Amino acid sequence: MQVPAPFEYDRASSVEEAVALLERHGAEARPIAGGHSLLPMMKLRLARPERLVDLNDLTDLSYVRAEGEWIALGAMTRHAELAASDLLARHYKVFQDAERVIADPVVRNRGTVGGSLCQGDPAEDLCAVVAALGGQVVLRSSGGGRVVAARDFYLGPYETVVAPAELVTEVRIPIRPGSGSAYEKVERRPGDWAIAAVGCFVTLAEGSVADCGIGLAAVGANGYCAPQAEAQLRGQPATEESFRSAAEAAAASCRPQSDQRGPADYKRDLVRELTQRALRRAAARAMAGGA
Amino acid sequence: MSTTAEVPVSPAGNPIGFGRMLRKEDQRFLRGQGNYLDDIKLPGMLHGAILRSPYAHARIVSIDTAAAEAHPKVKAVITGKMLEGLKLAWMPTLSQDVQAVLATDKVRFQGQEVAFVVAEDRYSARDALELIQVEYDPLPPVVDARRALEDGAPVIRDDIEGKRDNHIFDWEAGDREATDRVFAGADVVVAQDMLYPRVHPAPMETCGSIAHMDRVTGQLTAWSTTQAPHAHRTLYALVAGLPEHKVRIISPDIGGGFGNKVGIYPGYVLAVVGSIVTGRPVKWVEDRSENLTSTSFARDYHMHGEIAASRDGKIRGLRVKVLADHGAFNGTAQPTKFPAGFFHIFPGSYDLEAAHCQVTGVYTNKAPGGVAYACSFRVTEAVYLVERMVDVLADELGMDPAELRRRNLLRPEQFPYTNKTGWVYDSGNYGHTLEVALEKAGYSELRRQQEEGRARWRAAGGSPEKPGAGGQHLMGIGISFFTEGVGAGPKKHMDILGLGMADGCELRVHPTGKAQLRLSVQTQGQGHETTFAQIVAHELGIPPEDVEVIHGDTDNTPFGLGTYGSRSTPVSGAAAAVVSRRVKDKARIIAAAALECSPDDLEWELGRWQVKGDPDKVKTIQEIAMLAHGTLELPEGVEGHLDASVVYDPPNLTYPYGAYICVVDLDPATGRVQVERFIAVDDCGPRINPMIVEGQVHGGLADGVGMALMEAIQFDSSGNCVSGSLMEYLLPTSLDCPSWELGETVTPSPHHPLGAKGVGESATVGSPPAVVNAVIDALEPFGVRHADMPLTPAQVWLAIRGRPLRTDIVE
Ligand SMILES: Cc1cc2nc3c(=O)[nH]c(=O)nc-3n(C[C@H](O)[C@H](O)[C@H](O)COP(=O)(O)OP(=O)(O)OC[C@H]3O[C@@H](n4cnc5c(N)ncnc54)[C@H](O)[C@@H]3O)c2cc1C
Repeated sequence: MQVPAPFEYDRASSVEEAVALLERHGAEARPIAGGHSLLPMMKLRLARPERLVDLNDLTDLSYVRAEGEWIALGAMTRHAELAASDLLARHYKVFQDAERVIADPVVRNRGTVGGSLCQGDPAEDLCAVVAALGGQVVLRSSGGGRVVAARDFYLGPYETVVAPAELVTEVRIPIRPGSGSAYEKVERRPGDWAIAAVGCFVTLAEGSVADCGIGLAAVGANGYCAPQAEAQLRGQPATEESFRSAAEAAAASCRPQSDQRGPADYKRDLVRELTQRALRRAAARAMAGGA
Repeated sequence: MSTTAEVPVSPAGNPIGFGRMLRKEDQRFLRGQGNYLDDIKLPGMLHGAILRSPYAHARIVSIDTAAAEAHPKVKAVITGKMLEGLKLAWMPTLSQDVQAVLATDKVRFQGQEVAFVVAEDRYSARDALELIQVEYDPLPPVVDARRALEDGAPVIRDDIEGKRDNHIFDWEAGDREATDRVFAGADVVVAQDMLYPRVHPAPMETCGSIAHMDRVTGQLTAWSTTQAPHAHRTLYALVAGLPEHKVRIISPDIGGGFGNKVGIYPGYVLAVVGSIVTGRPVKWVEDRSENLTSTSFARDYHMHGEIAASRDGKIRGLRVKVLADHGAFNGTAQPTKFPAGFFHIFPGSYDLEAAHCQVTGVYTNKAPGGVAYACSFRVTEAVYLVERMVDVLADELGMDPAELRRRNLLRPEQFPYTNKTGWVYDSGNYGHTLEVALEKAGYSELRRQQEEGRARWRAAGGSPEKPGAGGQHLMGIGISFFTEGVGAGPKKHMDILGLGMADGCELRVHPTGKAQLRLSVQTQGQGHETTFAQIVAHELGIPPEDVEVIHGDTDNTPFGLGTYGSRSTPVSGAAAAVVSRRVKDKARIIAAAALECSPDDLEWELGRWQVKGDPDKVKTIQEIAMLAHGTLELPEGVEGHLDASVVYDPPNLTYPYGAYICVVDLDPATGRVQVERFIAVDDCGPRINPMIVEGQVHGGLADGVGMALMEAIQFDSSGNCVSGSLMEYLLPTSLDCPSWELGETVTPSPHHPLGAKGVGESATVGSPPAVVNAVIDALEPFGVRHADMPLTPAQVWLAIRGRPLRTDIVE
């Protein structure tokens, strides 16, 4: 049994209380959501928060709902709930695609939207999905709230703009009627983190790509996205040819590292292959009416 | 062929003999009522934790334990210096080497044991580890086994008097000159280097021990995760000078062993020392990372194979050189005279003219151990070598690998067959088993589908330059045919530290006809409590539910060397049959006395002795049991009761074999491989409980898929183990496994009383080459002849590009 270093524990019953507890205890306090990233790090003593503020009673942060032109995901919504959401399935199949290959059912039953984004693991699949879709992150502190574009949310690997006494409460995704989306991931074994993964959406107009978003996981892409590739694809005909050049641009733009999952050139090649596959599948979904 | 057709059924619905029945042990496991080591809590029990080295190789300058000792819940802090005083700083390994219990001079692998804290609870023990200050002076490590013998390589074992290099042993088998002659005259010679990477057993339950030294009686009781409780008892006596009659080892329920729980680890010894020092029971249970980084690994064989053949596909000779990485201490578990285990079986299942192998063992700055994981005593490595070499030859000759095997398998009339290293294969009908497997797989149809698939891939634009073009996948078909030697072993050849490998067994039939069978072997999930009860049922007609199998406690069972190397059924299974027959013989005399006839007038019907030609005059085994304990006057010299004991010394190993066929789907764009089908036809002789045998095969096949595709304990160039968690050391899941397609042929062993051969490791041995051969076969359009395991997506992608990686070291 791996045991963490000693810590204190509070269970917050409201967002206000959670924020207040975090503020009172300063930088050594950490919120805990699903615990599937934080607890393993604590057990290995790579993380040693002196106090945990448990968010699991904040059930009012657990939802997937349409709000005007947005889909809102509460920070405490579990992976499994995203996978099961009809609303998401109707608008963005990329969520189901991704959730099917994130970890295993045990992790998906506990891990949350907020935890995934705040963890900022370079291989976090949801980060790539939300970046691809041009989502926004809603934050709360005692001073009030703010909204940050998902692509500006990350300062680097495992680093986000979240201040010590700030909570993520919601993630918002713009609704794009008729768009198609998809997620493609290659891992060493089901349940493993990505070697490389690509999420995307495309909106078509008269056979051309009116809008698109491309998100990348595990390959060192700034903000988990590939803006050059997107720029290149916008306005182009929705053909294999265009997807191929966008895929090449995405591959050129990322900065994968060689590690146990494979050498950098392999990962780059995967980005090319997976971007092309994801775009192809997203376009097909768009042509079939969307999602 | 079915062996179960005529078996009568007991009142509980179980076969009185061989056949499928649910495992007796499942009730308690399924209800959460198992009793594993960590479930055991003794009054006053303390908890231990081990401080481990962060370096692969470093001199210890100083250790300061003052702050840890001042922790309010700490009861003792033990260092190597203290152990030196007790003469316990070093312990003998199973391979005539020594291993540090706690490091005194140097640390020699990352994760090596440096200090031991005993505290009131596990959390405090772990916290106190951080209060120990160790100053290290880092030394250059030996990480690459291939450079361990270079001049100027750092000497790891300077603790050994006069040691100037990292060489452990040279060992050879076969006839070198005869082999060289065959090679010189052969039409075709092909060579291939291959690594069987270091892998880990990774049992679900990690290793641990609770030691209780009673200061008043001097009795040591140790509850340990051990596959070999009796061997441990003797070792404790020899190592620590403890009187053996006051040492009791209890092996409770075990959550998987796979060879990981054969040896004695420093933690076990430290629990004993902790108990001696504190006077209280001390529990030590390692965590997952400790298990992966410090306990017995398996394999780590760097092999160079050469195969000689005639142009028309007659295999003539095999020549092998192996560099064996044994880590920092030679702690390999194997019979004493066998430094390379049973690698002798490398000529495999083939009719060769000559064969020779040479194995050199070296020290590296890695965890010690070896041969764990369905250990099979290196049969796993040998089978992988020969089965890969046969495929390499098929590639060279442009011949179908099934046809090449068909032409070279040993023929039934050659058995018993003495192979080219002198081992006597007991029985086999290899060609038949291969044909059964090919038939079951629909082999020629598979080959046709494969050709179609390749044509589609080419038509869609696939080529060596554009592997992923067109999005078509490629099919691969891999075959392996393996022969194992299991059931160690005959006393005249085999011992471990001087202890012969014969197994004791005792059977007591109580007055009411219920029985207890006491065994030395220790189950870790193999279903002993069921299989051995069925053996007694088969021999005596006592229903299996009326036979209690007792094992895992040295005070309550006869001596024997334990469960590993698929030896339980070949050795203790035979013992159970023989001891039952002794009871049966005695029952005959008692029945004769009761029926007032001569024993010669009686004949045996399952469960009863009856008068020949007069079946109304009969005594059941249950009636006889009561008579044996009663007042019946017995013939001169016949004692009462219905008990017997035996020590079974196997006359030879048994040689199970099988034909495996694997079908994979490979995505050449991403390198991802999925096992689509796996056909496993095993011949392990008669199957006592076919369901349990199939379960063993299922598990072994999953193991094999894991080793072939994802498992490896790897190190960076500084000697850091980078596979120390299950996030990095990947184990296969059900999603990686197809629905296994099993088959059987039955060729009994002529020398085993039941004809049974042992099957625990068959699938782990046989499946990795089948999977690898399938992947390499899928890569045929790229001209790939070999790539080392694990064949991860990256490794496959690199192999397609002609530059597969070494899989022992990550840069
Ligand atoms: C075996 C395993 C495999 C996995 N595989 C994958 C995979 O393939 N792909 C993948 O994407 N992920 C994977 N994960 C990660 C999984 O998705 C986690 O659930 C997720 O990374 C974190 O979510 P959580 O709710 O558990 O966060 P926690 O562990 O509770 O928290 C993570 C971090 O976020 C902070 N935090 C949490 N919630 C908030 C909030 N509302 N506001 C501010 N800060 C917050 C915490 O303080 C902590 O620093 C895997 C995890 C495991 C254990």
